[in-house]
Amino acid sequence: MSTIDKTATVPAPRENSDHNGPLLEVKDLHVEFHTRDGVAKAVNGVNYSVDAGETLAVLGESGSGKSVTAQAIMGILDMPPGKIPQGEILFRGEDMLKMSDEERRKIRGRKIAMIFQDALSSLNPVLSVGYQLGEMFRVHHGMSKKDAKVKAIELMDKVKIPAAKARVSDYPHQFSGGMRQRIMIAMALALEPDLIIADEPTTALDVTVQAQVMDLLAELQREYNMGLILITHDLGVVADVADKIAVMYAGRIVEQAPVHELYARPAHPYTRGLLDSIPRLDQKGQELYAIKGLPPNLLKVPSGCAFNPRCPKATDLCRTEIPALVPVTEQDGADLPGRKSACHFWKETIHG
Amino acid sequence: MGRYVVRRLLQMIPVFLGTTLLIFLMVHSLPGDPVLAMFGDKGADPATLAAKRHELGLDKPLWQQYFFYMRDMLLHLDFGTQIRNGLPVTDVLGDAFPITLQLATLAFAIELVFGITLGVIGGLRAGRLADNAILIFTLLIISIPVFVLGFIIKMVFAFNLGWIQPNVSTEPQWGELLAPAIVLGCLSLAYVARLTRTSMAENLRADYMRTAVAKGLPRRRVIGVHLMRNSMIPVITFLGTDIGALMGGAIVTESIFNIKGVGGVIAESISRREGSTLVGLVTILVIVYLVTSLLIDLLYAVLDPRIRYA
Repeated sequence: MSTIDKTATVPAPRENSDHNGPLLEVKDLHVEFHTRDGVAKAVNGVNYSVDAGETLAVLGESGSGKSVTAQAIMGILDMPPGKIPQGEILFRGEDMLKMSDEERRKIRGRKIAMIFQDALSSLNPVLSVGYQLGEMFRVHHGMSKKDAKVKAIELMDKVKIPAAKARVSDYPHQFSGGMRQRIMIAMALALEPDLIIADEPTTALDVTVQAQVMDLLAELQREYNMGLILITHDLGVVADVADKIAVMYAGRIVEQAPVHELYARPAHPYTRGLLDSIPRLDQKGQELYAIKGLPPNLLKVPSGCAFNPRCPKATDLCRTEIPALVPVTEQDGADLPGRKSACHFWKETIHG
Repeated sequence: MGRYVVRRLLQMIPVFLGTTLLIFLMVHSLPGDPVLAMFGDKGADPATLAAKRHELGLDKPLWQQYFFYMRDMLLHLDFGTQIRNGLPVTDVLGDAFPITLQLATLAFAIELVFGITLGVIGGLRAGRLADNAILIFTLLIISIPVFVLGFIIKMVFAFNLGWIQPNVSTEPQWGELLAPAIVLGCLSLAYVARLTRTSMAENLRADYMRTAVAKGLPRRRVIGVHLMRNSMIPVITFLGTDIGALMGGAIVTESIFNIKGVGGVIAESISRREGSTLVGLVTILVIVYLVTSLLIDLLYAVLDPRIRYA
């Protein structure tokens, strides 16, 4: 695993704000979907925070609630059927869930922007990319069509799209997958937001392009000192760019840790399972480990720890009591800053 | 693009020949005799009939009649004359077409404005009360035949309430044509509403709509620019073919309200076995239809950049 530059060490706060504390703080967030078959509890009390210039990776398999949390932060959940029964989303200390629609709209795109997974379907097929990029400036800054186009070309240059000037009037389907994702990034970056949420930005791309896109994202993040929430299920992507990781399972965070410590010593059996299922060159020819079973049905989450039916170490305690997310310490009781685990047996998992 | 237009125009030639031949054969296979019909119930002696037939060229074999007809049409732009009163078909059409155009414009405006409005309302509130009310309304209209709807409107508004004249005058004002235009536009209005509604409701869930919201665009812009541009594409196709159909005149509606439009002339020509008038009219209408559909296809590329013409 390569070492990374700690993006948090880059100085220069970007805006004068009275608020000292994390840029974004999610507190005890719950999201549920009321469907015909019952209430699906997609997010059950998530807590995390991101500082300016910091990258938080949210890791988890499909249906673990990582995207839903992001959509709740953006305010783009479909409500109904979605509902946020409790929780707070503090942006610069202000609870966004209590804001009016208009206030939230002004934050979207300008302060918090989002990069979506599939750039082809996420870009409007009948509008030119120049129009879609320029729209940000026209709507939020009231720029003229002509000025917005100049800005759009600048943005396309910024994300290294060749011949930006010639391609500004092209449509999304005329670009390659990697270029499209660059356009998505340019669009999120347009108004230099404080926070970017990237929802599996590289999933639809091939491996070489993945690396290019991630490098670009990391570079721009450093340049603008933005906070970044990177949602992914790709452990390889995370290792290179993230500062800290939150692992989600069945709508809960099961482990939180600085990136390298998590890889070195996981404190939750689920994280260990994820790490063991990465193919490794030194274990060529051996059978690859896989976590047995299926992700839980969100309509009927197992009692106790949601991971217990698939956990190799589950005991009766795990089937009855939900483990809290508790700080993890060294064997001698010394603090491990930023580390938390939601397992009854974290001690055995990390030290054993 | 240019090559595409040329190819489409060339494709019109076989379509044009085929439709005229078909109409020609169909008219001549109808029972009845236009020359006999000229003299009414009294009839005439066989010599006069034969002389008249010879004068009109009706005694020649069918293929010759078709050949001469086409030759006159293509070389001299002569679409033939009406047998009954000797008027050139172009003059007959020249009188009838403006009225049909007026009626078609009004009907088209009604279906465009109300159809899309209802569709947008239904699409944005899919599954709720307004959507269901519109669904019932449109289904009702689709299931009522035009002649029933026409008669109901005529009965209620002309005879019972006396708001409108039962028959439209020969030089109709816009106001007079409102009731027939509603009858004519109603069916398409319902289709436009259903089509718009479905298209909107479907695109509302598209990923790019989520992106548009995430960009912090106001709702008006999200709906008006991002949703509408995508949702209108299938609706435009339907409206395009409908323009062609409306130009062809509305036989039933025009006869209910006694409008002297293209539909009325066609109905009259069929009942009098006026082959040449009918073929002339239909030929001109086929050209109108082909040109409008070409224009719509070209408009398509403007609306949806993914469509390429080669």
